[in-house]
Amino acid sequence: MKTRMIGALAALALLGACSTATDQNASAGAGAATTATGPRPGSQEDLVANVGDRVFFAFDSSAVRADQRPTLERQAAWMGRFPQVQVTVEGHADERGTREYNLALGQRRANAARDVLVAGGVAAARINTISYGKDRPAALGSNEESWAQNRRAVTVVR
Amino acid sequence: MTLRSPVVLTRRHALFGAGAAMVAPGIFTWPLPAAAQAPQGAVIDITRARTDPIPIAVPDLAGTTAEAQRLGRDIARVIQTNLRNSGLFRPIERQAFIQTPELAAERPRFQDWRVIGAQALTTGRVEAQPDRLRVEFRLWDVLPEQQLQGTAFTAPAAQWRRIAHLISDVIYERLLGEKGYFDTQIVYIAESGPRDRRTRRLALMDQDGENHRFLTDGGFQALTPRFHPNARQIAFMSYNRNEPRVHLFNLDTGQQSVLGAFSGMTFSPRFSPDGRAVILSASRGGDANVFVVDLATRRERQLTSGGSLDVSPCFSPDGQQIVFNSDRGGDQQLYVMNADGSNVRRISFGSGRYATPVWSPRGDLIAFTRMSGGQFAIGVMRPDGSGERILSEGWSMEAPTFAPNGRVLAFYRETPSRDSRGSGYSSRLAQIDIAGFNERQMVTPTDASDPNWSPLLS
Repeated sequence: MKTRMIGALAALALLGACSTATDQNASAGAGAATTATGPRPGSQEDLVANVGDRVFFAFDSSAVRADQRPTLERQAAWMGRFPQVQVTVEGHADERGTREYNLALGQRRANAARDVLVAGGVAAARINTISYGKDRPAALGSNEESWAQNRRAVTVVR
Repeated sequence: MTLRSPVVLTRRHALFGAGAAMVAPGIFTWPLPAAAQAPQGAVIDITRARTDPIPIAVPDLAGTTAEAQRLGRDIARVIQTNLRNSGLFRPIERQAFIQTPELAAERPRFQDWRVIGAQALTTGRVEAQPDRLRVEFRLWDVLPEQQLQGTAFTAPAAQWRRIAHLISDVIYERLLGEKGYFDTQIVYIAESGPRDRRTRRLALMDQDGENHRFLTDGGFQALTPRFHPNARQIAFMSYNRNEPRVHLFNLDTGQQSVLGAFSGMTFSPRFSPDGRAVILSASRGGDANVFVVDLATRRERQLTSGGSLDVSPCFSPDGQQIVFNSDRGGDQQLYVMNADGSNVRRISFGSGRYATPVWSPRGDLIAFTRMSGGQFAIGVMRPDGSGERILSEGWSMEAPTFAPNGRVLAFYRETPSRDSRGSGYSSRLAQIDIAGFNERQMVTPTDASDPNWSPLLS
């Protein structure tokens, strides 16, 4: 009983350390080593911590917003520094739409983000796209705050 | 609407007058000699309002052994549940019955059934052989004391539920003048786990929720299953190997195969009414267009083009037209085109966005999802867009599917999260009469979405 308690406390402490290190958590790369010197260059954690892995969209829109474009431009520059890196851009929608339409909308968002990366000099062959529609929300609330976080395109290192 | 017309009666007479018939593998039916004068026309007043369901007595089927009696009771219960759930019948509580099932199966004493308010009565008996079942069933019109139907079934014992559903369909058709929908299945997506990491599996069940089974193990996400017209095959969207594509699932072999050779995502599949093709959407770049894939040649033909999102295509039952959902006019609306892609015209003009159109098997209506003013709704309109009616409205609902007689819609309804952890969210199947009454939640073991109703199995 006592050892189990200590184990649980240790796990909690570890969890705390992890969440401060990666802060705005990404969907991939869970469990990857986080060293004292920061994330491994060219990794998903590096992308999340130093570049930003996602951009957000307006309701029922796949136009890359002016305030989101710099994130994609930084992603393109980052991919220029790590030419071995290949990515998948995942397109998503909020829950305020129908499933089949949102699959198409998520694909169009992923494509729009990819186009900016390509315009920034990344070879198209390094980028895959996939849509999850409304079926993989990042934020789980049923309110505008969550929906804004879910209308997104996320760049994931393969 | 030609609901409850007596015309069908003659057709049913012909069917059951033709001698024994196999209605499903191992299940045979044949007519029983009339125990009283059969009527020549409609005998029950079937023009009543929907708020006035037909009172019917469905006593247990009689049996001479304990096993037969148990089956007779179980079959009667399935029939009662089917009829009650339709909203068009009111099965009378068994406590009110005066005559015993055994005596009623010999010869109904009509006065005993009249006095408890029954307009229709069923009687019958079960013979349980080691592995086979013989069920005799009669349907009576209580007021004129006439037999409307007499049918015998033999079937493997494990098929007793099928017999109960077939009897329910006979009752429905004889008393309402249109085909029933009880001998059917529903395929849907079973959902479990937290919302950001949901497991979504293909699942199949009888229309009353029984005989439930999972068809996929959750190793990949499955969405939007749709029955082939022969009910032995399902088209669905699979994320197997992280390549979202329309797949076919063979219910006899369990085999899955990708459909077509598309380079991008394919989704929103539906079979053509003749079962020879699948219509679907395919993404190319950021666009989505409607294609039809011939199942014999596997050749694809593109029906729409341009930069819009054209999704959720569905054939009319005669195969001549296609209704689909497109944002080509700025936001999601419904459009109809000829089967070759020509003559596209918009049909939805109400307030809000329209989606998930599906053509009634009777051809007279298109059901849809409407999103307006922060609410979702399920509704129907005529194929030319006129006569729009909203049947149900709420925070979120979508994906209507017609029962094979076009009288009932199933769809899924969601309740919102209460907090940022997603607590309180749920997704459940529901069904509703197309007149907009009798909405019921369907029972599934887990959260559920994307229902699709099979054709009649026999």
